[in-house]
Order: sequence, then C-alpha cells, then structure tokens
Amino acid sequence: MSETKYTEEHEWLRVNAAGEVVIGITHYAQEQLGDVVFVELPAIGASIAVGSEVAVVESVKAASDIKAPLSGEVTAVNDKLHDAPELANADPEGEGWFFAMTAQDIAALDEYMDEAAYQQLINAS
Amino acid sequence: MWETAALPKLKDSSMTHTIKTTTLHALHQQHGARLVAFAGYHLPIQYQHGIKHEHLHTRQHASLFDVSHMGQIQISGADVLAGLQHLVPSDLDTLPTDHSRYSVLTNAAGGVLDDLIITPRTDGVRLIVNAACKQQDVACLRQHFGTDAAISLLDDHDLLALQGPAAAGALRDIIPAVDALRFMQAGQYHVNGVELFITRSGYTGEDGFEISLPNSHTQPFVEQLLCAEAVRLAGLGARDSLRLEAGLCLYGQDLTPDITPVEAGLGWLIAKKYRADEGASPCFPGAELLLRQLAEGVEKVRVGLRVSGRIPVRAGATVTAADGAAVGRISSGGYGPTVAAPIAMAYVPPSCARPGTALYAEVRHQRLALTVVPLPFVEHRYHTH
Repeated sequence: MSETKYTEEHEWLRVNAAGEVVIGITHYAQEQLGDVVFVELPAIGASIAVGSEVAVVESVKAASDIKAPLSGEVTAVNDKLHDAPELANADPEGEGWFFAMTAQDIAALDEYMDEAAYQQLINAS
Repeated sequence: MWETAALPKLKDSSMTHTIKTTTLHALHQQHGARLVAFAGYHLPIQYQHGIKHEHLHTRQHASLFDVSHMGQIQISGADVLAGLQHLVPSDLDTLPTDHSRYSVLTNAAGGVLDDLIITPRTDGVRLIVNAACKQQDVACLRQHFGTDAAISLLDDHDLLALQGPAAAGALRDIIPAVDALRFMQAGQYHVNGVELFITRSGYTGEDGFEISLPNSHTQPFVEQLLCAEAVRLAGLGARDSLRLEAGLCLYGQDLTPDITPVEAGLGWLIAKKYRADEGASPCFPGAELLLRQLAEGVEKVRVGLRVSGRIPVRAGATVTAADGAAVGRISSGGYGPTVAAPIAMAYVPPSCARPGTALYAEVRHQRLALTVVPLPFVEHRYHTH
C-alpha cells in the first residue's frame, strides 16, 4: 500500500498491488460537488495525457471535469458507479474510486501533495 | 444562475466585496450553508444535507427559503392597478384586492422583460419581481407612472418562502388566520406588533406561503418557524430543482426578452377581453404580435423532456431531431430528485412538441435520447379550495 497523493484539482492517487495508479475524487471534492447523479468514466485502454479531461462528475448542481493527473493508459474503471453514482459521495476515497491507469512516468506522482499538505491547502481555502 | 464552477480552485481566494448579504447571513452560516453569489447577493445554494435531501424534504414536509434577494415593489397612488394594466397582458380589472396574479412585463416585440406576482392591496399594488431585474423594473415603472404614483423598492423588507405539505400547519401555529387563505390569496397579519404581508403562493409546485416582513424581525420569526419539527432550511439549489419539476419558468433561462409568453406556454396570461370576439383594445407593449401569435401560432414552444439514462442535460445544449438537424435549445435542465431522473425544458418547433416525440441532445459528443412529455413533471399540489 503506497502513500496517497493529492492534486490541487481534488483528486487522490494511490498505487495498487499491480503497480497501477488508482484515481478518485477527495472527500472535500464530493462535499463541494454535492449529490453525484452520474459519473462518466474513460474507456478501458484509452490513452490519456496529463491535464486532459478524462472523466465528468454530474452532480445535482453542475457538471465538473476531472483532469488526468498523469499520462498513461486506462486499465480499469469502477463499473459500480454506473448504477450507484452515490458511492462517489458515500465513500469517495474507497468504494467510490473512478479508474486505474498505468503511468508513463511513475516518478511524476511524487510531485503531488501528501495528505498533510492537501489538508493544509483545504483548510486555507 | 449561480456560479457553476463546481470545484473551487484552491489558490483562488478572490471574492468581490460588492456582493450584498441578506439579514439572515449569520443564521445561514450557523446552519452550515454553502453560500454562492447570486444576483448580487450571497445566498445559500444548500445547507449541510445537500440539495437532494432538501428537495425531498420540501415535497414531504416543509422547507423555508430565504428569498430576500427578490424585489418587493410597492406602487402607491390613485388607480395604480389601472395604470399597471398598460404594462402587462393579464386582466387586472378582474383581480380583487388581496388576490395575487402571475404575469409578465413585455417589451415592444412581445418578449418578456420580467415575470412577476401582482397583488392589489388597499393601499396600492405590491409586486414581487426577480432580483436581477428589480432596478430595471423600478425604472420602467417610474417612467410609466411619472408623478401619478410613488414606486418604492422595499429594501427594508425580507421575503421568506415556506413551502411543502406541512407549511400550512407550521405557519398556522404562529398565525392561525392564514388558514383561510387559498392559493394566490393574500393577507396582512400582525405578529408581536409586526406587520406581515403573506401570500399563499410559491415556486415549488407545493402548497406554501411567501412572507414579507421588516428586516428587523426576520431572524426571530425564522427561528420561531424553525422550531416546528417539519420545517428545515433549504437553499437555491433545491428551489431550482423543485421549480423545474413543477414546470415553472426561470427568468433568464426559460423566459428572456427574446421569448414571448405565448412561446413559453403562458398564453393563458393574456386577458380574454383582448381576444377578437371580446374586442377590448389592448394597450400593453407587444400586444399586436402576441395576439397574432395566439391566433396564428408560433415558431417555437416550451416543452418538457425526459432524458433516457442518467446523464443530466443542462441549459444551452442543442436539441436535434432523429436526422441530426438542430431543432431547438435546452432552456433548463438537471436532475429531478422526486422524478429520480434527469429532466429538462426546451424550446422546439410546434411540429416537435407533441408528447411522445423522440428528440436528442448532444452532451459531450454523445447523443442522448429525449422524449417530449407534458408539463409539469410533478403534479402541483396547491391549496385551491
């Protein structure tokens, strides 16, 4: 189990046993978004570039883009979100994960915040 | 609409200081409100339980909305109702004192400048208008009435909406006499020496009340209302999803200066006395065009749409026919918590407006299937008898 990393875009990233990076939105993000009614996920096998729009969260309020935090290939998506988008609210950093990907440059992960730094940023906002 | 940038940028702490707060600002914060800038005011979009919860609570029990950003206008003078008749298509001759009527201010092209509630009172006429339009409306009224009437924007009054099946019970406990009001009736009441102007109306499709009261008394009155177990605070988010399910127009989206009341399905607002066989000569702006539209039809009409699947279709999306040709535009769209599905309203040609018609919307390069349905999505439950 690796350390969880966080982006300024309110995503969390964690490397799983297979060496893939699992990505979802933070608890703070789901709170800000409100009730999630749909999550549009990328296709398995899709090649994604860092900063590109890779997923969309539709809440009762609005649609929000989720940007790819790394470049690489999508290896898995959380199908449970299709019928139970509310998982993104109920357990955003667990059962409500979005997708997994292989990273072209795994070292890029180190540039993201650790939990303490992320908490500090949220508290300051 | 409120600002829809859903995820705040952590490094963006810019907050303009010209935005006003309402009397209840501190109370909203105490109740965990998420405040957004809307029409120049900091207003709660939601409280801690979220929009869906507040929406469902309103339909099952009762919710209290702070709508103090809305414009409350008092027109005082002799025969002001007759004067107002020159600005709106509704029949004000048949509107008794202390009865409310929904209407629109039109421009010369028949487009809607604002939608409003008109209530004649013994001391003049009270209007409730949209926050974003209130200064413009006051200017328009002052120009129209000149020295014949005094037009005042009641900035020293707040407006509360108490909505839902338990609203009447909760308000009756404080003011027993409100029980006598029927839908779109109004009255003046005194509580602890303060005058409240109450109409049995609202923007949710439910039974409910809109309560106008002096700023100085808003907080204690709200605290008293919140003592009722059925009553919870609800924000603008739930107000929007409730009105969408009720098929009610939002000014700036479903009604604009480029949309006429006939196109909006509000042709019923236009007084019968102006129809050809009755012969009263109409005097409101755009009358000629609107009467022609009533007689000959229109090129676009407002329809309700169900969206298949779970992806909400938002305002601004293009509506297409089966062959891919663009036929219209979504004016309001989102998720309806009571319907438990995405719903929308759009302007389309009459040939595409029959219930059951299959249409499509383009959302992020996907074609979503839409079906025209009758409005409202959720039946109104007004207290009419």
